[in-house]
Amino acid sequence: MAEYPTPTSEQEFHANFAQLKPRMNSSEALFESSRCLFCFDAPCIQACPSGIDIPQFIRQINSGNDTGAARTIYEANYFGNACGKVCPTEVLCEGACVYNLQDVKPIEIGRLQSFATRKAIEEEKPLFTPGIPNGRKVAIIGAGPAGISCACELRALGYEVDVFEAKAQPSGLTVYGVAPYKITNEEVIAEMNYLQQQFGYSVTYNAPISSRADLQKLEEKYDAIFLGIGLGRTNALRLPGEERENCVGAVEFIEQLRMNHHATAVGRKVIVLGGGNTAMDAASESSRMGADSVILAYRRGKEDMGAYEFEYDLAKGVGVKGLFHVAPIEIVGNGKVEGVKFIRTALHEGQVQPVPGSEFIEPCDMVIKATGQAKQTQFLSLIPGLEVDGKGRIVADERTGQTTNPRYFTSGDARNGGAEVVNAAAEAKAAARGIHEYLKTRS
Amino acid sequence: MPDLSINFAGIKSPNPFWLASAPPTNSGYQVMKAFDAGWGGAVWKTLGVPVVNVSSRYGSVNYRDKRMMGFNNIELISDRPLADNLREIEEVKKRFPNHAVIASLMVQSRQEWHDIVRQSQEAGADGIELNFGCPHGMCERGMGSAVGQEPDVLQTIVEWVMEVAKIPVIVKLTPNISDITEPAMAARRGGADAISLINTIQSIVGVDLDLFAPYPIVDGKGSNGGYCGPAVKPIALNMLKNCAQHPDVRLPISGIGGIETWRDAVEHILLGASSVQVCTAAMHYGFGIIREMTSGLEQYMTDKGFNTIYDFVGKALPNVLPWEDLNMKYKVTANIHEEKCIGCQLCYTACEDGAHQAIKLNAGTRVPEIIEANCVGCNLCSLVCPVEDCITMDRQDDGTAHLTWKERTEANDIPTEFNDEKAGGRHHWVPEPAAALGKEKHKTLPGKARQFEKITVTE
Ligand SMILES: Cc1cc2nc3c(=O)[nH]c(=O)nc-3n(C[C@H](O)[C@H](O)[C@H](O)COP(=O)(O)OP(=O)(O)OC[C@H]3O[C@@H](n4cnc5c(N)ncnc54)[C@H](O)[C@@H]3O)c2cc1C
Ligand SMILES: Cc1cc2nc3c(=O)[nH]c(=O)nc-3n(C[C@H](O)[C@H](O)[C@H](O)COP(=O)(O)O)c2cc1C
Ligand code: SF4
Ligand code: SF4
Ligand code: SF4
Repeated sequence: MAEYPTPTSEQEFHANFAQLKPRMNSSEALFESSRCLFCFDAPCIQACPSGIDIPQFIRQINSGNDTGAARTIYEANYFGNACGKVCPTEVLCEGACVYNLQDVKPIEIGRLQSFATRKAIEEEKPLFTPGIPNGRKVAIIGAGPAGISCACELRALGYEVDVFEAKAQPSGLTVYGVAPYKITNEEVIAEMNYLQQQFGYSVTYNAPISSRADLQKLEEKYDAIFLGIGLGRTNALRLPGEERENCVGAVEFIEQLRMNHHATAVGRKVIVLGGGNTAMDAASESSRMGADSVILAYRRGKEDMGAYEFEYDLAKGVGVKGLFHVAPIEIVGNGKVEGVKFIRTALHEGQVQPVPGSEFIEPCDMVIKATGQAKQTQFLSLIPGLEVDGKGRIVADERTGQTTNPRYFTSGDARNGGAEVVNAAAEAKAAARGIHEYLKTRS
Repeated sequence: MPDLSINFAGIKSPNPFWLASAPPTNSGYQVMKAFDAGWGGAVWKTLGVPVVNVSSRYGSVNYRDKRMMGFNNIELISDRPLADNLREIEEVKKRFPNHAVIASLMVQSRQEWHDIVRQSQEAGADGIELNFGCPHGMCERGMGSAVGQEPDVLQTIVEWVMEVAKIPVIVKLTPNISDITEPAMAARRGGADAISLINTIQSIVGVDLDLFAPYPIVDGKGSNGGYCGPAVKPIALNMLKNCAQHPDVRLPISGIGGIETWRDAVEHILLGASSVQVCTAAMHYGFGIIREMTSGLEQYMTDKGFNTIYDFVGKALPNVLPWEDLNMKYKVTANIHEEKCIGCQLCYTACEDGAHQAIKLNAGTRVPEIIEANCVGCNLCSLVCPVEDCITMDRQDDGTAHLTWKERTEANDIPTEFNDEKAGGRHHWVPEPAAALGKEKHKTLPGKARQFEKITVTE
C-alpha cells in the first residue's frame, strides 16, 4: 500500500513534501536560542564547513538582533538560508553540539539559521554593498552555490562579474537537485534574488558555455574565469535494457520533480538502484509521490551504504524497503520497463562477487538509477593546461581554487567530486579571495 | 507527618504559607479560592484611603526565555469600597474559621487609624498588617514608604494603632532604606507584635527602545515602581537575616520576597521567618503552586526529622557571620570530573577572562584542566558549568588550622600599606599583559576567514 496518496495539485504536493525543517516562529526561536550555552571555541563552529560563528548569531537572535544574526551568517556563507535547511546538520554543526554528550537534544542550529536569514530576505534588509570598482572583470561559468558565492565575494571586492548559466534559474542543484521536503523552490529563488539585488552581478540564463570558441571569448574579455560547473548527468549503467521507457537517472528524475512537482510521472512500483544520498532522496521522493511500493536495491549490505544513516531512516520512514546484496544485470521489459533482473552478491576476499545461479527478476514499472553523476571531462578538455585527476575532478588548490591553468579557478562539486551546498559555498568564497590575490598583483 | 501549622504572634494558621497583600487578595472570591487550594492565610489587599489607578500597571524583567524573573508595579492600594472589603472579610472568616485573615491597612490621621483598626476587628480579621512599604503613589501622600523610612513617624503610628488593637499587629517594612533594623526597632518600641519584610524595591525594570520610556508605559510615560519576584529574594534574605540577628528587634518575622517554591520558603525560615508571604509567584502561576510548596516543605521536614516549623526557624542564623570572622585557612580548589564534562569550555573562558587564569586547554581534548597552583577557589567555574556536579570545589586544607581577619587584626598581622608583603595576591601568578594579544582578535573575522592563512597563487 502506498504511504502517500498521489498528489494531484500543488497543495497536495506540498502536503506530501512537508518541510523537514519548518520555519521557526519567534517564540520557538527565543526558546531554542535561550538553550545555547555560548561555548568557547564552539565545536559547532568547527564542524561548519563555512565556519559560521554559530554562538554569536544565536546570541544575536536571543537578544532581538535578528538582522545582526543574518549578517553574521551571510558574512560567512552566502547560502545562509539554503544551508540552514538543506545541510546535513546531523553530521555537521548539530552533530558536534556539546549537548549530544549530555544526551540532551542538540541546538536546532539549522532552523535558527533559517529563522534569521529568511526574516532578512523577506524584509529585504540590506547587508552588503559592492566594493569600489577595481576595473577588473571575472567570468563565472555556472550559477550554482559555487558560482553565486564566488560572484558575491568578488563583487564585494570590487570586481565586475558576469555569470553564465546553462539552465533557466540560479542556485544549481539547490533548486534542481535537493529533495523538495528540504527546501521549496520559492525560498531558494528568494535568497538568490536577495543576493543579486545587493551585489549586482549579472547572470545570463540558458547560456551554456560549451565550445572552445565560447571559452576563447571569455578568456579575451575577462581577467579570470571561475568554473562553478558542478557535475554532469547520471552515469550510465551499461546494462542491457537501460534504454527502456521509465528507466531514468536520479538527477534527471529529481530535476523533473523540482520543476513540475505533482505533474511528474512516477511508477506504481519503483526500484531505485544505488546506496548513496541521492538514492535515498529518489526513493523517498517516489514514495511521497504515491508509488505503491519503492525498493532500494544495493550491491552490498545496509551498513556499507554511502548515505548518511539519517537519510536512510528518512526513506524507511516513508515506507521504502531495502533489498541488499543484489546487483542489477538487466532491465527487462517490452518497450517499457517491467522489472529488473538481479543477481545476488556475496563478499569474497573483500570483493563483491555475484553468486552464480542466484538470478531473479523483481517486477516494477519504473527504474531510477542513482549511480552517481558523470564528470564534465569532455567540456574540461577544451581548457588548455587544465588537469583533471583520475576521478575526473579538476585539480586545484584547496583554498585558492586555482587550477593548473592559472587564469582558471574552481570549487564546489567540480573540484571536490560532489559534496554539499555548504562546501561549495565556503570553498567558492575562499576561491574568490584566491582570484583577488592572483589579480591584484597583476597590472 | 510533620505539623505545618503555625502560631505567628498569636495568629493561627494551618501552614506557614500566606498570600501577601496584593492583587491575589483583592477580593473574597480570590481568598476563598486560595484557601480551598491550600493556602494557610491571606493578608488582604491594603485597605485605606480612596485611590485611583492607572493603566498599564506592571513591568517584567525577562531572562532569556524565562518570563518575570523580576516584576514591578505602579499600582496603589485597594480601589474597592471599604464596606465591600469588610463584608467579604467577614464572609471568608465565617467559612474558614481556622485560616488566617489579616487586614492590611494604610490611612493617615490618628482618627482614621482608630476607625479602620476597629472596623477590621469587627469584621473578624485575625490580625492587622500596617503597610509602611509601598514605594510609589502613596508615599507622595505621606503614607507607605514615607512612613517606613522615618522610624519616629513609624513608631508614633504604631502607638496610635496599639491604642485600639485587640488582635496582633504586624508592621510591614520597606527595603528602600539603608538599615532595615532601624524601622524594625521602631516597630518594637511602638509595641507591634511582629514585623514582615520586604515590601517592593524602588525600580525601573526596563526602558522601551522605541518609545524611549520606562516600563510600564502609561500614555508614552512611566514612573518608578516597586520591584519584586524571584530576583529580589537575595535582598529579602539579607534584610531578614539583619532583623533576625539583631538583639534589639526580637519580633516574629513574616518573610516576603521572591518566594516561589518550597525551597525559597525554607530559606526564609532558616534565616528566621516563621511565616512566609507570596505575591509574584501566585500572580504568575495562580494559587495551584501551593500544592508543590506544602508537599515540598512536608518532605523536607520528614527527611530532616523536623516535627514543627519551629524546629528550624532561624537554624542558619548562627552560620551567618561578619566577613572578618571567616576562616582564612580554609582552602578549596576546583576539580573537573572529566567523565561528566561536555567540553563547552565555559569554565575556561570564565576563569581566563573573569577570574584568575587558572584553567588551561590541552591539545587533542576539549576537557579543560585546572592549574591548581593558580586556583584561588572562587567558585566561578563551578557556577558557570552547565553540567550538574561536573566541577566540584574540593577541600585542600586539613581542617586543623583556623585564623580569621579579626584574629589577624588583633595579633597585628594584617597588611597595612601598599605593596605589603602580607597582601593576599602578592605572590599569585598572573600572565604578562602582552601575552593577551592575538588571542581574541581573529574571532572578529567572519566564517572561514578566522582560519585563513596567507594565500599563495601562481603568477
Ligand atoms: C540529488 C541530490 C541531492 C542533494 N541533496 C543535498 C542536500 O540535501 N544538501 C546539500 O547540502 N547538498 C545536497 N546535494 C549536493 C549539492 O547540491 C551540491 O554539492 C552543490 O549544489 C554543488 O554546488 P556547485 O555550485 O558546485 O554545483 P551545481 O549545484 O551542480 O551547480 C552547477 C551549475 O553550473 C551549471 N553549468 C554546468 N556546466 C555549465 C556550462 N558548461 N555552462 C553554463 N553553466 C553550466 C549547471 O547548470 C548548474 O546550475 C545534493 C545533490 C544531489 C545531486
Ligand atoms: C565579584 C565582584 C566584585 C566586585 N567588586 C567591585 C569593586 O571592587 N568595586 C566596585 O565599585 N564594584 C564592585 N562590584 C560591583 C559591580 O561593579 C557592579 O556594580 C555590580 O555587580 C552590579 O552590576 P551587574 O548586575 O552587572 O553585576 C563587584 C561585583 C562583583 C560581582
Ligand atoms: S555547541 Fe551547541 S551549545 Fe555550544 S555554542 Fe554550539 S550550538 Fe550552542
Ligand atoms: S564548564 Fe563544565 S562541561 Fe564545560 S568544559 Fe568546563 S568542566 Fe566541562
Ligand atoms: S575556582 Fe575560580 S580561580 Fe579556581 S579554576 Fe575556578 S574560576 Fe578559576
